[in-house]
Amino acid sequence: MEHIDMLVDWSRAQFALTALYHWLFVPLTLGLTFIVAIMETIYVKTGDEWWKKTTKFWMTVLAINFAIGLATGIIMEFEFGTNWSNYSWIVGDIFGAPLAIEGLMAFFMESTFFAVMFFGWDKVSKKMHLLSTWLVAIGSNLSALWILVANGWMQHPMGMRFNPDTARNEMQNFWDVLFNPNAVNKFLHTVSSSYVLASLFVIGVSAWYLLKRREVKFAKRSIIVAASFGLLASLYSISTGDQSAYQVAQTQPMKLAAMEGLYKGENRAGIVAFGILNPKKKPGDDHDPFLMKVEIPGALSFLGYHDLQAFVPGVDDLLYGNEKHQIAAIQKKIDEGKIAVAALKAYKEAKKSGNKQRAKAALERFRAHEKYLGYGYLKKPEDAVPNIALTFYSFHTMVGLGTWFLILLILTLYYTMINEIEKKRWVLYAALWSIPLAYVAHEMGWIVAEVGRQPWAIQDLLPVGMAASNLASTSVMITFWLFAILFTGLLIAEVKIMTTQIKNGPEEH
Amino acid sequence: MTGLFKRIWLFYFEGFRSMKIGKKLWLLIAIKLFLLLVVIKWLFFPNILETHFNSDTQRSEYILEYLTQPKE
Repeated sequence: MEHIDMLVDWSRAQFALTALYHWLFVPLTLGLTFIVAIMETIYVKTGDEWWKKTTKFWMTVLAINFAIGLATGIIMEFEFGTNWSNYSWIVGDIFGAPLAIEGLMAFFMESTFFAVMFFGWDKVSKKMHLLSTWLVAIGSNLSALWILVANGWMQHPMGMRFNPDTARNEMQNFWDVLFNPNAVNKFLHTVSSSYVLASLFVIGVSAWYLLKRREVKFAKRSIIVAASFGLLASLYSISTGDQSAYQVAQTQPMKLAAMEGLYKGENRAGIVAFGILNPKKKPGDDHDPFLMKVEIPGALSFLGYHDLQAFVPGVDDLLYGNEKHQIAAIQKKIDEGKIAVAALKAYKEAKKSGNKQRAKAALERFRAHEKYLGYGYLKKPEDAVPNIALTFYSFHTMVGLGTWFLILLILTLYYTMINEIEKKRWVLYAALWSIPLAYVAHEMGWIVAEVGRQPWAIQDLLPVGMAASNLASTSVMITFWLFAILFTGLLIAEVKIMTTQIKNGPEEH
Repeated sequence: MTGLFKRIWLFYFEGFRSMKIGKKLWLLIAIKLFLLLVVIKWLFFPNILETHFNSDTQRSEYILEYLTQPKE
């Protein structure tokens, strides 16, 4: 048992490590492709060679990030086969179809339009080149769509039916999977926040030039484009974040409770603007969940249910049930899940022995309880609670930084528009130091999404403990450290090549 | 048709040849892909269900057995 717990922990740690490192490269590509496309559009419209030079510099930065990030996601695909083979089998074509589309799109986009974008400056017409740049931007964002559709399905499975003969989920409706509200919101929130990150990156680098009193015209033009784009993206990101929270409230209420450290549900529930969790607090006890907090009354009810007076269930309500609000206790779901597991077993055995009548009855019993199948594998109700401290602090760090980015984008745009940005050195320093903060906010977002939905690999249907392959935990541990070394090496290479290129400036690329 | 292929070939060939920082990046990509696809994939990442079973029927049976015999 201890071996299995260690194996699952190391497998999760390994997947988290590869996903978090992979995500260091992706958002800059998603956003910078659009910023570059906007800059090139201005060049084609005005014919101003300065814009061409500006576009080419940021395109080189994009190329560095793209080259180093390329294929870092492939390790996760290996891990599906090795560490999560049970999961990979059970998700079946739900995961296979989006990932295959993503692979094909990425291949065609990268080998054709990317090449035209980088090699084609003097070989194709201006308009053809511009079209290729826009197609790279759109294509790379569509690639992200398919990955996030797969992730959205894990958070809120729909459009499929579990086949008890093959032990696989089979797609019933492709459009339900594609337009899963969780996936749509996740995609929009992820890409819009990636645009914010890329904008902050461009502004931060430009701020560094201004602090060094170099490349002033280039830096100001870059800030104007990036801050305008980033400001729009930031406002949109707030709206998609609101929609994501609404979705979480409907489909993953335990995650919402963990995000806010809410143990006892209440009407007119507030959002904690700032708070320190009580480390002694456990579900079901009488300790105060917070050592201190500053709360905005009613905000969580509004965020989760678009109603200031709405009841938001807390961890204890979801865990032990709440009759008044008709919330079933987890133990009841565990009991139902165990019936589903037993019915699946009976169905398998009846089929093997050729008893059609028994098989039919067992299948009917399974269908009646299958929506709680995953709960049948939990040992105790408390296993359904994610790590509250990690979810809470990650969520609040992300939201706090997101608010700061909005202020920073307004400041940089305003001071650049009135031609005062060079004098506001504190804004320039703040912009420079906000580059790493943008990455922190992004990684925190993924921690909220993934840690907050634990213990589920597929929400309510498959806990991570059942999704993992039966491997030796030591081999998973060894590969964890191997990846840590490999990815750290790649990150150092990226930072070194990138900083050298930035120091060389737009004249040299 | 041959002319088209030649133009495509020259497009890529001259593009790669005229790169400055790109050469360093391609070297990095080559090393990375070798590490990922040859060393790591070959040494550490066999697909368990692919290597341990010969058919989808066997794989289904294994997973069903696993799902219906929960670990206590």
